[in-house]
Amino acid sequence: MSNKILVFIDQKNGKANQASWEALGAGLMLAGKLGGGVTALALGSGSQQVAAEALHYGADEALYCDDATLADYRAEPYASLVSSLARGAEAVLFPTTTAGREVAAMAAVDLDTGVMPDVTALEVEGGQIVATRPVYAGKLIAKTVCSAKPVMITTRIRAFAKPTADASRSGSPRAVAPAVSEADITTRVTGYTGSAGGVSLNDAAVIVSGGRGVSNNPKLSPPAGLDEKQAEIWRAQQGFRLVGDLASVLGGAVGASRAAVDAGYIPYEHQVGQTGKVVSPDLYIAAGISGAIQHQAGMRTSKVIVAINKDPEAPIFKMARFGVVGDLYEILPALTEALRKRLGK
Amino acid sequence: MKIVVCVKQVPDSAAKMTVENGQVSWGEAPLVINPWDEYAVEAALVQKEAHGGDVIAVSLGGESAKEALKHALAMGCSEAVLISDPALAGADSQAVAKALAAAIRKIGDVDLVTFGRQAIDGDMGVTAAQTARILGWPALTLVSRISQLDSSSRTIQVERSVEDGRQVVQGKLPAVISVVKDFGEPRYPSFMGIRKASRANIPTWGLGDLGLAAPVSVVSWPKVENPPAREIKTEIIAGSSAQEIAEQLADKLLAEKVL
Amino acid sequence: MDFELTDEHRMVQHMVREFAQREVAPVIKEYDRKQEMAPFVLDRMAELGILGICLPVRYGGQGMDYIALGLACEELEAVDTTLRVVMSVHVGLNSLGLLQWGTEEQKQRLLAPQARGDKIACFGLTEPGAGSDVAALQSRAVRQGDIYVLNGEKMWISLASKAHHALVVARTDPDAPDPHDGLSAFLVELDTPGVTTGDIHGKLGVRAGSTGWIAFQDTPVPLENRIGEEGEGFKIAMSCLDNGRYTVAAGATGLIRACLEASLRYAKDRHAFGREIGKFQLIQQKIAYMVQSYDAARLLYLRAGWMKNRGLRNTRETSLAKWFATDASFEAASQAIQIHGAYGYSDEYDVERYLRNAKGAIIYEGTSEIHQLMQAAYALEYRRDAPLRCELPPYDAATWQ
Repeated sequence: MSNKILVFIDQKNGKANQASWEALGAGLMLAGKLGGGVTALALGSGSQQVAAEALHYGADEALYCDDATLADYRAEPYASLVSSLARGAEAVLFPTTTAGREVAAMAAVDLDTGVMPDVTALEVEGGQIVATRPVYAGKLIAKTVCSAKPVMITTRIRAFAKPTADASRSGSPRAVAPAVSEADITTRVTGYTGSAGGVSLNDAAVIVSGGRGVSNNPKLSPPAGLDEKQAEIWRAQQGFRLVGDLASVLGGAVGASRAAVDAGYIPYEHQVGQTGKVVSPDLYIAAGISGAIQHQAGMRTSKVIVAINKDPEAPIFKMARFGVVGDLYEILPALTEALRKRLGK
Repeated sequence: MKIVVCVKQVPDSAAKMTVENGQVSWGEAPLVINPWDEYAVEAALVQKEAHGGDVIAVSLGGESAKEALKHALAMGCSEAVLISDPALAGADSQAVAKALAAAIRKIGDVDLVTFGRQAIDGDMGVTAAQTARILGWPALTLVSRISQLDSSSRTIQVERSVEDGRQVVQGKLPAVISVVKDFGEPRYPSFMGIRKASRANIPTWGLGDLGLAAPVSVVSWPKVENPPAREIKTEIIAGSSAQEIAEQLADKLLAEKVL
Repeated sequence: MDFELTDEHRMVQHMVREFAQREVAPVIKEYDRKQEMAPFVLDRMAELGILGICLPVRYGGQGMDYIALGLACEELEAVDTTLRVVMSVHVGLNSLGLLQWGTEEQKQRLLAPQARGDKIACFGLTEPGAGSDVAALQSRAVRQGDIYVLNGEKMWISLASKAHHALVVARTDPDAPDPHDGLSAFLVELDTPGVTTGDIHGKLGVRAGSTGWIAFQDTPVPLENRIGEEGEGFKIAMSCLDNGRYTVAAGATGLIRACLEASLRYAKDRHAFGREIGKFQLIQQKIAYMVQSYDAARLLYLRAGWMKNRGLRNTRETSLAKWFATDASFEAASQAIQIHGAYGYSDEYDVERYLRNAKGAIIYEGTSEIHQLMQAAYALEYRRDAPLRCELPPYDAATWQ
């Protein structure tokens, strides 16, 4: 390969994992600093189309292999092909997906080089690539270097900017041959079962939580025949629907304060806090939650906290990165819409 | 069935990590078996119970790593081996994988190797795949279920938790798997296991015992830092309408790179 | 002298802690509110071997020592007192009594199923009219050929409605010149005709535990279920209390630790007047006292455990450990609530439960007042422990395992 940077585009059936484009962006940035071009590589069925897309995103060259041995993702044949193409490169970039991490690991073995998974930043210092990696669950930050080439790097999802696609950048992706034949592969994919399922609080990168305030919308008129308590719960359910809409646009989970759970608005499994779950998502949006200390105990380590509350004195604002003093019934739908637009959903 | 489970000793997940003079410190916090590795031990023990045989726990590290091995023994592993050699200090993931692979070969006739999904110190998550590659065995990572294991036909079928659901994969034995939480809660050590573990004489294998030259580590951490202290400065987003506020907030959230 | 725990001890501690923290801590509040015992607790403790922790393997136990028993009690009560109460009655007051006083045949037949956790055991000494004044107890056992016929009522019995076995003390000789010598001990299987049991509700604390009563009406107890000789009932009961009090002392130590840990967390979290409240000296003083109590309580119970391991009589040392730790746990809980302020007063936090739970142990298994009298009597040499016909066997790893 003549280019210095190879980027692995993780794709399935012609649809690239979006983080692949971020890896490509990181590759273009490195190439800019090191000189030389960027080769994108897509494997499996639909890979030709994705390779063409990689050219739009700025790759200088795009390779693909739509061989039957690569139709379903399998670590061994993928790694073998990546290693065979990566010889001579400075770096190979992957998105930190299941496939990206493991192909990087195996290709590093093949080429007797190093792997730096899940990096959040890349620099070039004196011709050497320096990667920033959070370690110890993000409690420390390591600057990491590799003395061998090509270095295998996987880029943390959402840590690098996605380049702008430009359909006028054209060229034709080039097909490459697989590195191994079916007879040499020891695994076989026999199918898929189930789905990824709903996002649980523990795993969620984004959590949108509602508190007592979600029932506080006098403008809503509940259906006739409900007593006061039933009407309150009905209002709360309308409020939690808005919380859920935002969570679903963000691929996140729905949380709640103890006050909301105790009032019967939402089941206990959603409770965040001292007596509920302790969570640490990248983004925590608290809507209508005052932020009592026991709630804080469950979410204070969230990376970015957004507070939406009518009461400007609510303690939640003290720990929030962003605060909105206002009515969640107006803010939440508007925010859902604004983010839906930006995230292309 | 002969199963090897690879475990690591790490600072407790609740430890407060600091860097002083370039040295990583976890203060008074205890060192514990890597929590993900407990799932790997569980997976190995479940297979042993179903198919008979032995589970051998292997760890690489200093003398203190014996604690992790004792935990594995107390959970029910039959034997434990510590790989320790001054030349492995600062070993990168591939050097570790080479030493583990050599130990697995030395143990001999191993059918299955289990790993946790990643260690909570370096957060690399590559050792299972690298060890498999060095051994030339299939790597079945992120396994949430072993649906079939047949020692006569020498096959294994697993469900892997991947981005878009569960991939069902078959492989040939011997194989290397890494295990995720969905596999099932790891058991506690039993009192009998604790008695056995506290008396166990855990052999230490150096590179010489493994017939391995000191592996060259190419990846290093020349600098480790505490993340910049985050002083929370709350930015109140105001505007004339909910839409205006929402637009501003959405831009700011994207700029924070948390979406 | 050696203050270090062995590997074995540390692993036991860790294992019991994991069980209590992972399985019980998340649901304890709910059961405390409902005044019910979490239904899985006894089964899980049996399954994990905790109910037979320090009993020899040949009697169905796990072969650990008495220190391991204490450490387990500390870990259990650090989550909830009711878990430790199970250990006090099942292991301390009953099973260890059988180990000490039972015949080989009784150990095989009665102790082994308890050690395995197949049978749950409790202890019936206290009566509606007899607490500290044991010799005043009214229950009667009358020998009729190969059986004793038992009549009477036992009150404030932990696990009364859950247990299969009860170690019961009753009067066999109403004419004994010293009423203490008229008592005998029996292991009563609670499915025997004439036994009824029930729970007591409305307790201040240990609400997630089972406390109740057992009534005997012409209950036949076979001769082979008499523990020790006729007339040894009081001595047996006092031996059982030495063992039970040891578990209470260790448990109360865990309760102090729980108060301390909760207070440390809160003192760092909660801010007032622009800084975390841990920076205030009056908060620091409360914390310093908790640290002092915890260390002292721990040393006292571990010394008692060490003496048990060596086969040394430890009535005085165990009484001192129990008196100190239980009083200190109540004080620690009270101060923990003070540190938590209004939040501590609500069941949002655990500390109010700690206070409610701490009070009971100052009353049962010898009130603090009884222990003060005992300590003074030892110091003044009014009291001396005479050797017993059967002493608690010293721990010996080889024969235990």
